Amino acid sequence: MLPKNDRNICFALVSVFLLLTACAGPDVASGIYDPFEKENRRTHEVNLALDRALLRPSSGAYGTILPKPVRNGIGNFSSNLSMPSIVLNDLLQLQLGDAIHNTARFLVNTTLGLGGMFDVATKGGIAARSSDFGETLHVWGFKEGAFVELPVLGPSTTRDTIGGVVNLILDPVGQLVASNNRGIVTAVSAASSLGDRYQYTDTIDSILYESADSYAQARLFYLENRRFQLGISEGEDDDLYDIYGETYE
Amino acid sequence: MTSMISTVKLMNRLTSRRGFITGTAACLALVATPALAFSTSQAKALIGAAVKDINAIINSGASESVMLRKFENVFTNYADVERIGQLVLGPDGRSASAGQKRAFEKAFKTYISRKYGRRFREFIGGRVEVNSAKAVKSYYEVKTTAHLQGESPFSVVFVVADANGRFIDMKIEGISLIKAERSEIGAMLDKRKGNLDKLIADLKTMG
Repeated sequence: MLPKNDRNICFALVSVFLLLTACAGPDVASGIYDPFEKENRRTHEVNLALDRALLRPSSGAYGTILPKPVRNGIGNFSSNLSMPSIVLNDLLQLQLGDAIHNTARFLVNTTLGLGGMFDVATKGGIAARSSDFGETLHVWGFKEGAFVELPVLGPSTTRDTIGGVVNLILDPVGQLVASNNRGIVTAVSAASSLGDRYQYTDTIDSILYESADSYAQARLFYLENRRFQLGISEGEDDDLYDIYGETYE
Repeated sequence: MTSMISTVKLMNRLTSRRGFITGTAACLALVATPALAFSTSQAKALIGAAVKDINAIINSGASESVMLRKFENVFTNYADVERIGQLVLGPDGRSASAGQKRAFEKAFKTYISRKYGRRFREFIGGRVEVNSAKAVKSYYEVKTTAHLQGESPFSVVFVVADANGRFIDMKIEGISLIKAERSEIGAMLDKRKGNLDKLIADLKTMG
């Protein structure tokens, strides 16, 4: 009999595979597949209201009260805590080079960077090579699925939503940190997100509050940027630069 | 609480931590097919010149209004703004008169340089670096990397049309200006019940 924790993980993984095989979608990730648009738009309105009432003001306060070096330290510390999970995903994707690279980064920042507060690794040429379980699923051949806007979490796809859940379950830091310290990890991660919201406030505000259709912009930005990260080149772009199907002159 | 904050994820992605520098030599080795009017090295040189101008503007220390005007000049000098306007208007432009199209392109140019010029302002103290170019069908993709102060470097790809050697799109970390603005302009037209003249009038004050 497996320990309870491991049984939970097994159960989660089996559920993931069932869900993934159930979620249909286009074979090649291109264009926009948004069968839940009506529900997504409703969620988007709620997220906008949350941002306006809570996130935006608190990030403003956070950014004003804490000086930049402190915010950077918190951001670095949080990013360092995510490295073990990234290395695990590198291994699951058989990206051994990235796994070694990110491990080196983690070791350097944890020691020389005083527990991850200083990102000395990037200065030394070992910038993070990000990854997550959504990418692992992509590497394993699972399709992107439908676009979804998650409550509070924002834009995603069915594949990335499942990836996010598995990421939380498989996170080595989450497994190792004693349960009474997990609150600290969560707080650091929350603070780091506030810092991001503050740092990019102009850009985020322009997308969320100045565009004619902020839902459509957020959806497009998420999908295009995600595909770019995953190295998917779109077949759809073939005629992007033609007008009414004519080729250029 | 973590979850509450993650609308921001989008922005993390926008300024994704991973740099994007590819082997210049390999891409340059690609020889343009004879049918193409320009060459990869010419496309690269064009973007090199545009980037030089952009770098000069963002480090000039000029006032915002002066910088915005200069950014508009970069668009005029290096971009095929007419084509960008047509691509952005898409099928909605099919029924437009020649005069409406011209008026739209003019209004769009001001709107776009104001909107993207303001974004470039965040580049102050940074620099853009041209990496490589390759021919794709009837255009070239020129890859550049933006290095901003206190940020991880990110990718900006310029799409240069072979027909006239001007750029017709810019992709920031994979996000295409043409696609983003086509979606925006479409939404603006819908809000105005398809009234193009009203959109043209409003565009002049937006961005």
